[in-house]
Amino acid sequence: MPAITPLLIAQLVIIVVVFHALLLSAAAMVWVERRLAAALQQRLGPIRVGWQGLLQPFADVIKLMFKEELRPKAADALLFALAPVISATCAFAAFAVVPFGGETTLFGLLPEGMRLQVADVNVAALVIFAIASMSVYGIVLAGWSSNSKYSLIGGLRSSAQMISYELSYGMALVSVLLVGNSLSLTDIVNGQAGAWFGVIPKWFVFLQPLGFLIYMTAGVAETNRAPFDFPEAEQELVAGYHTEYSSMSFAMFFLAEYVNMVTVSAVATDLFLGGWHGPFLPASLGWIWFLLKVGALLFFYVWMRWTLPRYRYDQLMKFGWKVLLPVSVVNLLVTAAGVLYFGG
Amino acid sequence: MTLFYVFAVVAVLASMLVIAQRNPIYSVLLLILSFGALSGLYVLLDAPFVAVTQIVVYAGAIMVLFLFVVMLLNAPHEDTELDEHVHPLRRPGPMRVGAVLAVALIVELGWALTRAGSQAGGDFPAAAVSSVRAIGRSLFTAYAFPFEVTSVLILVAMVGAVVLARRDSGPSVPPGA
Repeated sequence: MPAITPLLIAQLVIIVVVFHALLLSAAAMVWVERRLAAALQQRLGPIRVGWQGLLQPFADVIKLMFKEELRPKAADALLFALAPVISATCAFAAFAVVPFGGETTLFGLLPEGMRLQVADVNVAALVIFAIASMSVYGIVLAGWSSNSKYSLIGGLRSSAQMISYELSYGMALVSVLLVGNSLSLTDIVNGQAGAWFGVIPKWFVFLQPLGFLIYMTAGVAETNRAPFDFPEAEQELVAGYHTEYSSMSFAMFFLAEYVNMVTVSAVATDLFLGGWHGPFLPASLGWIWFLLKVGALLFFYVWMRWTLPRYRYDQLMKFGWKVLLPVSVVNLLVTAAGVLYFGG
Repeated sequence: MTLFYVFAVVAVLASMLVIAQRNPIYSVLLLILSFGALSGLYVLLDAPFVAVTQIVVYAGAIMVLFLFVVMLLNAPHEDTELDEHVHPLRRPGPMRVGAVLAVALIVELGWALTRAGSQAGGDFPAAAVSSVRAIGRSLFTAYAFPFEVTSVLILVAMVGAVVLARRDSGPSVPPGA
């Protein structure tokens, strides 16, 4: 039993804060997505519930809570109930190792500095990759246990898609790990402090432009978002793997999708965009820069959804295996040679 | 120590249930659970890299393919009542071979367990297991040959699978088209 120190209390507070921030960010993203979609299509979007429709996500959640929980008769009861839990758990677990701020004493409240991060793991980058690879089970099992053809095809498509894009995702991750010379996200972010010639920030996106593109493309495919949203292509599959889900178990899949978007954006910020480093603000307020960068990436996600049409499924597979994977392998080779030549 | 027993019990129970299942999907899922518990044991051994690799490679990649195959083939539930007599593995010949193999396994396990005590700690310094740098270095220097042989072995299996799965001649059709 560890002694109760201010540091321990601060850690517990951070866990609670991060969890609720993720929940709230999912709600906020629902609102942002709907308002942005409306703006891009010259509509108004939800504006009735609360100021500018800000309470719309909460109204939606309350509506979902009062819906009836349905389960198809021939469904596998245990796995049907388990699938949304796996999805949501993986979505939240990944954020545990993402650092979102530098060392701080919380305005002098703590005797020693602590990092703004739930768990400081020295193989954080790999942990994120591992949890991302586990999250496919939620979708596959949902598809299989529903015992419905739309769900099954959605689940199978999703597993094929995630396996294909995980490879490029991993290669992009390894390239940036080579440049950062560490597996710890905190070390990688701290390697991006400062600026070249006093103007260009030392972000890894400038050293790894291709890596960033590959990472974001694979990230969009991993989160099953448009233009790679095949598992739930409405015109072909009704709603894909969650066709048979209703009420709060549907809400859990929905939540997992948005939290995954936030996590992919947060990891991209840490790996490529310098994390909490930025000009003007003092180091203790670095998390504001972090939030701004994550917000920008999330905006990009929504923007892309309403700009690009969905690809065809064979195009997606061809692109993943014949374009993205070779490019990411070459990128990794060039990066490794560069790191070897310039001494990292 | 408590954690060790939790993970160990989960790993052993899950592994045993894998072969006790009628439904292949549940077998796959229990195997994943067993891998997860093993990964927990690696963390307790101060080898986080091995633990995460276990999850990424086995639980995350290989088992997804297993699940994929089981679903695509739509493997029927095993029905012991029906094929008790016809199942080829239940004929006397294969069962004798199985018994010999089981005895060999028990003897080997017993031998390994008696030796384990004398070699506690082994020749690995603790740092070699926990540091990614050390793992990479020994993998590409001291163990370079076994490492390359393993990759060639996997390549052979892959080529074999492609040859077996390929349909008869004619212009080859790219996958997915």
